[in-house]
Amino acid sequence: MTFGVVVFPGSNCDHDAYHAVKHVLGQHARFIWHKETSLGDADVVILPGGFSHGDYLRTGAIARFSPVMHAVQAFAAAGRPVLGICNGFQIMLECGLLPGAMLRNRDLKFHCEFVCVRVEQTDTPFTSRCTTGQVLQLPVAHGEGNYYAPPEVLAKLEAERQVIFRYATAEGEVTDAANPNGSLNGIAGICNDGRNVVGLMPHPERACESALGSADGLVLFESVVEALAKRGSLQAVAR
Amino acid sequence: MKARVLVTLKPSVFDPQGRTIVEALHSLGYSSVADVRQGKFFEVDLEVPDRAAAERLAAEVADRVLANPVIESFRVEWPDGGGAQ
Repeated sequence: MTFGVVVFPGSNCDHDAYHAVKHVLGQHARFIWHKETSLGDADVVILPGGFSHGDYLRTGAIARFSPVMHAVQAFAAAGRPVLGICNGFQIMLECGLLPGAMLRNRDLKFHCEFVCVRVEQTDTPFTSRCTTGQVLQLPVAHGEGNYYAPPEVLAKLEAERQVIFRYATAEGEVTDAANPNGSLNGIAGICNDGRNVVGLMPHPERACESALGSADGLVLFESVVEALAKRGSLQAVAR
Repeated sequence: MKARVLVTLKPSVFDPQGRTIVEALHSLGYSSVADVRQGKFFEVDLEVPDRAAAERLAAEVADRVLANPVIESFRVEWPDGGGAQ
């Protein structure tokens, strides 16, 4: 199974994602430069964290026009799994892969700390090995993670169970104090209508080994490996 | 032709920067400053034959790139009246 990690000018968690997938999970991984027009043999695509194009204009606003994004859009439209982490999530919002937008954190501070998120839904390829209500300890590192969506969009996200992660206490209670940035409804991550595209602000790829303070993030990558393996065996049966 | 594009957060969207600025102004004693909304300002030089084409182009780039329509609105101003070449 091959993970494609897209590299934009200013990405800085591309190597973290590559390391987690290749050295911790033992899967194939390769970098895909943003000027490329094909994703090659990638089975999963990761848009990593960082500060693509220096966050100029708005976070993710310039990266969305990179040539590789046409291929990412087509890959996502075909129902294949795409994970956007932090700046990758912001790029997804700017290019319309996911609804909503990011505002500056409500306290205007850059938050670099461990937070807890509660897994809300397990029927995505990135949360299939989680249990509903499971609490993951993951790091955040962002200045603009204050998720906003117009009321009708927010209502649809909730009704269609597209909120995948919420900031919570270690006991799994969603409180305002546990919300680091002011995101509406404590939203830390969402998915698209097809549930194959997931974006989140916390960094699971930086929490895959206990030496780094938490290994809770590994389950996202294990989930997609299992999900794709199941899909592959179903296709084999169908043939 | 020069266009000025002003981008601001929509009134319904909370502006944490504007809020912080107005609080700072209040702490300095400017109690009659009721509110501040922070935005962005772009000076755009357009090489087009006439004002109508300039308006179309300015609106398109503002809507597509300069502003994020989910959270922001924009308005275009023409400092030279827009008629001069």
